[in-house]
Amino acid sequence: MSSPGPALARGDTTPAERGPEAVRVTLSVNGTEHEIHIEPRVSLLDALRERLDLTGAKKGCDQGTCGACTVWVDGRRALACLTLAVTCEGHEITTVEGLSADAEPHPLQRAFMEQDAFQCGYCTPGQIMSAAALLDEGHARDDAEIKEWMSGNICRCAAYPNIRAAIRAVRDQT
Amino acid sequence: MRTITYLRATDTAGAVEAVSSDPTSDYLAGGTTEVDLLRQEVLNPRRLVDINDLPLNGIEGTPEGGLRIGALARMSEVAAHPVVRERFPVLAQALESGASPQLRNMASMGGNLLQRVRCSYFRDAESPCNKREPGTGCSALAGFSRGHAVLGTSEHCIATHPSDLAVALVALDAHVRTLGPRGERAYPADEFFLLPGDSPHREHPMEHGELITGIEVPATDPARRSLYLKVRDRASYEFALVSVAAALSVVDGSVADVRLALGGVATTPWRARRAEDFLVGAAADADAFGMAARVEMADAQPTPMNAFKVELARRTIVRALRTLTGGREADPGTGSPT
Repeated sequence: MSSPGPALARGDTTPAERGPEAVRVTLSVNGTEHEIHIEPRVSLLDALRERLDLTGAKKGCDQGTCGACTVWVDGRRALACLTLAVTCEGHEITTVEGLSADAEPHPLQRAFMEQDAFQCGYCTPGQIMSAAALLDEGHARDDAEIKEWMSGNICRCAAYPNIRAAIRAVRDQT
Repeated sequence: MRTITYLRATDTAGAVEAVSSDPTSDYLAGGTTEVDLLRQEVLNPRRLVDINDLPLNGIEGTPEGGLRIGALARMSEVAAHPVVRERFPVLAQALESGASPQLRNMASMGGNLLQRVRCSYFRDAESPCNKREPGTGCSALAGFSRGHAVLGTSEHCIATHPSDLAVALVALDAHVRTLGPRGERAYPADEFFLLPGDSPHREHPMEHGELITGIEVPATDPARRSLYLKVRDRASYEFALVSVAAALSVVDGSVADVRLALGGVATTPWRARRAEDFLVGAAADADAFGMAARVEMADAQPTPMNAFKVELARRTIVRALRTLTGGREADPGTGSPT
């Protein structure tokens, strides 16, 4: 989120104030550019779910507590509920729908099924987006580290042991 | 959330000009507290000035052994930086003990220092709260106060300062650099956080539109031997009940230099100067550590609900210092002190 955003100049160099009514916002999600009209107060989570029909990211708490809305912004895990969509212009958003490049499940998605790493499944997309980033970060060396670095994703069904098993399984595949 | 307008700033001076000249404009950086409070209508700006594109995200060691951190560097970036981990372990540990990995990727260093209190009466946008609406009273005084402060309180506010980072910075004599309508300033971290007194709505000395641009941490002899010990209700992703930032130099069995600051127990990130003064020159042993902790907490003013924090703080101070002298294995963030 710290890399430069798009040029906003429209003929001059003074950035324009936008809103409060709906404004045109261009979001790059899962490699595809989308143009939507939203008020600046709309969260990335609502933009994804209500405008782009990408309902993988879930609205659990809508206050940055549960992690069910975890997506990647420029490859780093972030909470879509505490991100305003308009601030994402010029950044690449990845949701669980874009995790796997082809029609095949991502290895973590397969491991979640094999290890029975969910019950109700509501937190699962956030768990998987967080876990895939965790593996990329190298924060899955042992169970204590996995626990600590997955603490931002709450599971009310308490599937934690099986979630850790799924993460270990993918970690040990290579 | 009320409607807002949005301006993405492209240069620092322009951003400061935009917010300074408009009382209804606020900055937006990581948004991890701000968006939540906008949604609760605790904060109600007309316009947000997005500063995330400003070139304020550098992290670099200074030749003298210190550290310069841009205000827009993210918590996760600073915590992972090799110079930070080598020179200032207490800083990396404080950062990684806060929030969650997702939030640490989002939250900026400047925003962390300006995060608002977790007092539920402040955040509900309804209860009387002198911090949110000056003069309306403090609901926590006679309300639910288990997480509230025991040091630095006033009859107008007992909300705990929530930042872990700030506790480490206060211990390390860091400076907060700002740019405002009247130019650049640098505040010692210890003077940046204001006691509530009779004006709990004033949390820092900056004027409207003044922007944190960076944090400077000076070289400190004991900093390489430092730690952050955080005690909380669960092992991770929780605010401190008590936390201790400690750095220690021991020469011939005596304390040569010590830095001590407390989180979770005070209305500001609390530099424990009384304990430091007691310790310099004293034997570096558990008895002296216990006495120092007692001296620091002597003026604590707990409520019936948070009285446990006084003893918990004493024990956490002792455990942090014993860990630094090799007397006890560290287990930051998970265990209860004994």
